[in-house]
Amino acid sequence: MKMNQTWKKQDIDFKPGTLITGKWHNKQYLIKQKLGEGAIGTVYLCETEGKLAALKISEKGTSMTVEVNVLKSLQQVQGRRLGPYLLDVDDWKSPYGTSFSFYVMEYLKGEPMSHFIKKHGSVWIGVFLLQLLEDLEELHRSGWVFGDLKLDNLMVLSSPKRVRWVDVGGTTQQGRAIKEYTEFYDRGYWGLGTRKAEPSYDLFALAMVFLNIYYPKRFERVAQSEKLLFKKLDNVKALEPYRQPLKKAIAGKYQTSDEMKSDVTKLLYQAQNKSRLKKRSKQQNSNIPFYLEIGGISFVALGYYLISLLI
Amino acid sequence: MKKGTLKQILLITDGCSNKGEDPAAVAAIANQQGITVNVIGVLDDKQVEDVDGLQEVEDIALSGGGVSQIVYRESLSQTVQMVTKQAMTQTIQGFVNKELKQILGSSQSLEDVEPEKRGEIMEVVEDLGETSDLEVVVLVDTSASMHEKLPTVKESLIDLSISLNSRIGKNRFCIFSFPGKRKDIQKILDWSPQLNSISEVFPKLTSGGITPTGPALREAMYQFGKKSLLRSLRNEDESDVEETGY
Repeated sequence: MKMNQTWKKQDIDFKPGTLITGKWHNKQYLIKQKLGEGAIGTVYLCETEGKLAALKISEKGTSMTVEVNVLKSLQQVQGRRLGPYLLDVDDWKSPYGTSFSFYVMEYLKGEPMSHFIKKHGSVWIGVFLLQLLEDLEELHRSGWVFGDLKLDNLMVLSSPKRVRWVDVGGTTQQGRAIKEYTEFYDRGYWGLGTRKAEPSYDLFALAMVFLNIYYPKRFERVAQSEKLLFKKLDNVKALEPYRQPLKKAIAGKYQTSDEMKSDVTKLLYQAQNKSRLKKRSKQQNSNIPFYLEIGGISFVALGYYLISLLI
Repeated sequence: MKKGTLKQILLITDGCSNKGEDPAAVAAIANQQGITVNVIGVLDDKQVEDVDGLQEVEDIALSGGGVSQIVYRESLSQTVQMVTKQAMTQTIQGFVNKELKQILGSSQSLEDVEPEKRGEIMEVVEDLGETSDLEVVVLVDTSASMHEKLPTVKESLIDLSISLNSRIGKNRFCIFSFPGKRKDIQKILDWSPQLNSISEVFPKLTSGGITPTGPALREAMYQFGKKSLLRSLRNEDESDVEETGY
């Protein structure tokens, strides 16, 4: 395995209609279209036994094996489904004799989270923030850290609206060094912590995910990064309700996602309560004419009563 | 199982050597001593590919049993780590492959094992990569054309130490630049687990005209020997705190 292959690599570029047959399990996959390309491998939409699936293929055999291992262990996490479901792992030999590794997983059709929030408004920020914190809590409890948590890896699936992560390649066992990361989301890059896989690493990246939505072009580090990140956060109106927990996540003050979740939940509850109270006081205002009317009617009734007494 | 120490030389350069012995030959000797030689070629944004320089980068890594990569300055940080980690995996995988051949017969390698088993083997490789101790001699080319790239090199080395020190295994680095004032290489930082202290030393580097890559590699190779000699001397009259490790 040589890295300099990036310079003279044989691009795997399947045309729609290509049929791929696995070397070990002999399953066939019909390529439909390219879905995306990453540092390790290319992902295609394919069809097998009448169903759609996603197929990731790469010549970096070892890196692929590592990813498959992660997917397999995530499948063992009980209850919630954290990663995409793994369907098959196999090798493919090209007509030129080169060997490629591939794996097939369930196809998650969704909309990128950044698009979704832009389209449907910032009300969804709180919802997704909580959903992601729940998933992270589950992942951390089973001994893993997501590592390469970033906006591009988050998809919103419809009915019910649920945010899911699509690429679990960076998932690392707790206590080890983070396997894969993206500078903007990496606390090491900002000088705000180590690259040791621990829950607080993911929470930092999570805060950066929401910053990235409002700074799509990202920005670079300076000497005093924490100040800069706080300032950038303060400048986003839509994130105002969550400023405090997001800042705490950036500063590494949360040890678990549960702590952050309870802070966010509290804030959401307070915000809702406030708007409810506002509504109620408005209702009281609208009651005043009603009381006036009642008063008026009883005044007239009293008048009639007094007159009847005199007669 | 006792976990060994992985030894690496990381050469950061931007072009062709022009003095002394063939660096690829020196790299081959180093590799025979159990040292892996990795090479990163740094390009300028404007630089048109200098084919000769690129070829040498690849040749040194090939005969040094390591990884080579050619990058533009901006992506240096990520590359330095990728190369180092990939070379570690590659070395460990080499050991494991050798063992496998003894068990499975000479024609078998990791690729001939079915995907399920391969997964289990890779878990062992990953585990060793995380827990092995690592020693890196960083060799920085400071010839004239590298001058503008040095701040980035410095940053990426600090970044490398953040990454490696997040591992479970222990790390030691030392940094040399070449050409030195009178000698082929010049020490910037002696063996140390952290690289944060290089901020002060780095800006003072002077750049020279010649690029004695071969002799510099040879000197770098000897650094491993020197250190273990020193350590064994020290260990005789001190209790070996290093070995028990906290």
